[in-house]
Amino acid sequence: MEPTPDTSVYMIAGFAISFITMGIYVASLYIRNNNILRDIETLESMQTDKPKATKK
Amino acid sequence: MQAKPTALKVLDIASILVLAISTYLALFFAPTELVMGAVQRVFYFHIGTAWVGLLGFILAAGSGIIYLITKDMKWDRFEVAAVEVSTVFFFLTIVLGSIWARPAWNTWWTWDPRLTTAAITELIYIAYFMLRQGIDDPERRARFGAVYTLLGGVSAPVTFMVIRLFRSIHPVVIGAANANQEKMSMTPDMRVAFFFALFAFTVIFIDLIWHRLRLGNMEEKVEQLKLKVSM
Repeated sequence: MEPTPDTSVYMIAGFAISFITMGIYVASLYIRNNNILRDIETLESMQTDKPKATKK
Repeated sequence: MQAKPTALKVLDIASILVLAISTYLALFFAPTELVMGAVQRVFYFHIGTAWVGLLGFILAAGSGIIYLITKDMKWDRFEVAAVEVSTVFFFLTIVLGSIWARPAWNTWWTWDPRLTTAAITELIYIAYFMLRQGIDDPERRARFGAVYTLLGGVSAPVTFMVIRLFRSIHPVVIGAANANQEKMSMTPDMRVAFFFALFAFTVIFIDLIWHRLRLGNMEEKVEQLKLKVSM
């Protein structure tokens, strides 16, 4: 019977790529979430400032 | 903005836990496969990501149908969430398959029916985002997206079934239909790692879909606020 080949480098690469890809996606969700929250804040402040500006 | 629901926080923690357990089972609990060696351990993540990838494409097609019937934009947002999360997972499936193929088949890639249909499926859903980017009107974008995911959804069962219908070097994991197909046999410990990986990636998938849905809802709010401010 042939000995089991050493393919651990491929295994490490596979798991590393899995975690890196999932990490990048989670980070992208987090960054997009923060950007949108900032946009909402800005737009809401613009909306509240608008009536004041028209009164003047 | 609504605070993060407690259930989502619990799901976040559960996702991290099941991913850690699944990694442990794949790396240490499951025995080393004698013919392929350690690389076979990526199989558990390969199948887990493929399962949620194809599931998401089917769910997106389903939500596309519901959108076309109801015209409710929440189904469009669900469709986008399902496609986005599934595209990421299905990309991982292809990459892990390629890494596994190198020592097992002595090549990174071959135009086998399974690999070809998987690559086409991934490209279909990358093109989905390009299509959406090109349409400004939200309702038109949602309608086109729904029809697209409906047609694209066909590629998911085709990818799953192709190794059962045509000659392929890709092994059949669940239910080999005839003696010509290479069937993977697993030990009881391998089965534990296998089924837990399916469970773990399902939990992670639900968690990510929920996060992406919340993001979609906020994007909708930004659009409405922009309209109000510009008026």
